[in-house]
Amino acid sequence: MSLQTLQERIRDAAGRGAALRLRGGGTKDFYGNAPRGEVLDTRAFAGIVSYEPTELVVTARCGTLLSELDATLAERGQFLPFEPPHFGAGATFGGCIAAGLSGPRRSSAGALRDYVLGARLIDGRGRVLGFGGQVMKNVAGYDVSRLLAGSLGTLGLIAEASLKVLPRPPSELSLRFEMPEERANEALNRWAGQPLPISASAWHDGELHLRLSGAVPAVRAAAEKLGGERTEGEAFWTSIREQTAPFFGGPEPLWRIAVPPPTPPLGLAGNQLIEWGGGLRWLRSDASPHIVREAVQRAKGHATLFRAAAKPAAAFAPLDPVLMRVHRELKAAFDPAGIFNPGRLYAEM
Amino acid sequence: MLWEEEDTRPYECDGLTAYRQVPMVVALPETEEQVQRVLQTCTAMGVPVVPRGAGTGLSGGALPPGNGVLLSMAKFMRILRVDSRARVAVVQPGVRNAAISEAAAPYGLYYAPDPSSQIACTIGGNVAENSGGVHCLKYGLTVHNVVRVRGFTMRGEAIELGSEAPDAPGYDLLALAIGSEGMLIVVTEVAVKLLPRPQCARVIMASFDDVGKAGQAVADVIAAGIIPAGLEMMDQPATRAVEQFVGAGYDLEAAAILLCESDGTAEEVEDEIARMQAVLERSGVARMTVSRDEAERLRFWSGRKAAFPAVGRISPDYYCMDGTIPRKRLGEILQFIAQMEAKYGLRCPNVFHAGDGNLHPLILFDANDADELRRTELFAAEVLEKCIELGGTITGEHGVGVEKINQMCVQFQPDELEMFQAVKAAFDPARLLNPGKAVPTLARCAEYGRMHVRGGKLPHAELPRF
Repeated sequence: MSLQTLQERIRDAAGRGAALRLRGGGTKDFYGNAPRGEVLDTRAFAGIVSYEPTELVVTARCGTLLSELDATLAERGQFLPFEPPHFGAGATFGGCIAAGLSGPRRSSAGALRDYVLGARLIDGRGRVLGFGGQVMKNVAGYDVSRLLAGSLGTLGLIAEASLKVLPRPPSELSLRFEMPEERANEALNRWAGQPLPISASAWHDGELHLRLSGAVPAVRAAAEKLGGERTEGEAFWTSIREQTAPFFGGPEPLWRIAVPPPTPPLGLAGNQLIEWGGGLRWLRSDASPHIVREAVQRAKGHATLFRAAAKPAAAFAPLDPVLMRVHRELKAAFDPAGIFNPGRLYAEM
Repeated sequence: MLWEEEDTRPYECDGLTAYRQVPMVVALPETEEQVQRVLQTCTAMGVPVVPRGAGTGLSGGALPPGNGVLLSMAKFMRILRVDSRARVAVVQPGVRNAAISEAAAPYGLYYAPDPSSQIACTIGGNVAENSGGVHCLKYGLTVHNVVRVRGFTMRGEAIELGSEAPDAPGYDLLALAIGSEGMLIVVTEVAVKLLPRPQCARVIMASFDDVGKAGQAVADVIAAGIIPAGLEMMDQPATRAVEQFVGAGYDLEAAAILLCESDGTAEEVEDEIARMQAVLERSGVARMTVSRDEAERLRFWSGRKAAFPAVGRISPDYYCMDGTIPRKRLGEILQFIAQMEAKYGLRCPNVFHAGDGNLHPLILFDANDADELRRTELFAAEVLEKCIELGGTITGEHGVGVEKINQMCVQFQPDELEMFQAVKAAFDPARLLNPGKAVPTLARCAEYGRMHVRGGKLPHAELPRF
């Protein structure tokens, strides 16, 4: 498929005022509010456009399979440091950026948006616009490419993007500790203030798992200092990232709760799995959305209704009126006819 | 409020002294309510407002409006909270960059971005410019290290972007505001991420007898899977200027030197320094010195951090460029700069954030000589446009401001510039906040005559051109 074909589809939809549901592999259809509109499948616009390991930059088209990108980077000993979840074999590069989700390494390596260097976007008028570029430092113009991360395709079709990549850490190992929630939270926040190579954490049901990543001597020294029991790490961390661990299998709605990491236990009913040094708390709970959001807001965080058979509330925490106005104005600037994934992020836009 | 010319004159320019304009009024608010009232009043009266931090910016982003208010945030100097458990500092925008790390030091924490001007520049200015520093290859820019800002829109509405919890809901407006050159909101509070200070750091000073070899060595280090904490290059004219000024101990015989820093635990640093030395050997290094102690490490860096003032001592004026290129094009751009030196008859030492491809060539000139200034500007414009041609950008960290506004017409198409204008309007529909900076109007681009021509078609052919 060519860029022109995509542009024509978009111009045609804009002319008719028809909603478009931008979709790659459909692995994140569950995320956000219910998608609607005619499916615009991006998978045929695929391929790695350029990859220069010594520049630490990869540029790919939206339909490129995330698995293909991972494999290409792995051949040169590099990776996407934010460890994006795939949620299925069909996950695409464009969908990954539009969803903006990061995996277990988020608290040490940063989020997806931290690695976005540039993007080519087809806006709601079918125009191809380029923002950012392929260099690490670039402050020419507003940082629109980073704005696209997590925009859920509501601003335009992310046709191509450039990301910073990094070398894989030379060594990794995983540790397990028996620890109740409060003690785990205290320990995680204390360790995070020390120069320790902790690259991931997950607490669930009285067990704290840690992953250490870095130079061989640093990882060895940290493991000795921290103690705990060595475990086979990789499969475990994949099961957290991909939500295939048993915790994620329950029938109750799954909440993704973000709070400042030292926040004490929220005391919400349900089952919890805590990542990112205490900053990300997955909650399986039938509690009313109102109660969950209120408790989280008191802790200066925000709660996303991540997965649910039928979402009993809006997916994302509501915005105050000033922020919502800015959101709507930006949406109108990029997508004047309001055709891209309407309502997926917020019902108002 | 200041309005007598003797009081407003000190605000006539920022670090880019070639552009000057005495503001009509300078406002020095002390509280958020005062900021809000200034903005509301100016909105009601249709008066432009230009925010300013310490005025160390190098692109004229804080150039005052002759018909408006210069809003100095200098009195917002308080560190509101250092939360060692959450590793966050909440500060007012007028707090100096270095003061944050000083306040965090008792907890073994620091704020990572360290622009060379860090002893003077403020965090508010860093947010406006998305400032980098010599350690940003490993630790990121301002955008990677600020988690939340609070402030006001031009209309005086309170607005908060980002959050101290990860991944704030909605669009990433924080990313949009950082580096927006004070054109979207006025920031009154900034929450930054604090990192544990590495236990130890050492730096290799590596000499090369050829600038191209030094450039290749940079790529070789990264290809070996190493992300140095700092990776800087200086050419011989730059090291010679610096050495006279601070006595950093640089190898003055080298055509170029690299500073390659490793930080972390003692074991980690020892391991990484050894690996970097091995790579540099293979890349044809002429000589290497590894800092023996902290004093020597700081001395090696002092030269790099003092490069601009040092150059200022060997020339009446200098003009600092800020283009970024893909690292592999380094040889080409240096060759091009050498050609421009000959073409315009001006000298140009080079300092370079080699790790991230960000160049700071410094054109030496005398501002009292009108023709030298003219040649300098032409020289700089050619270099920036070459950066775009090589796949880079006109500004890596200093911002567009008023300085590089014409080159924006080369880097972006009219549709993209129009989108930038729309982004501004989403925050500031009346276009009163720092107007005329960073994003050129299409008419201005037409006037500059360098509008991006794609497919042989001149965009917006209907616009008047002169």
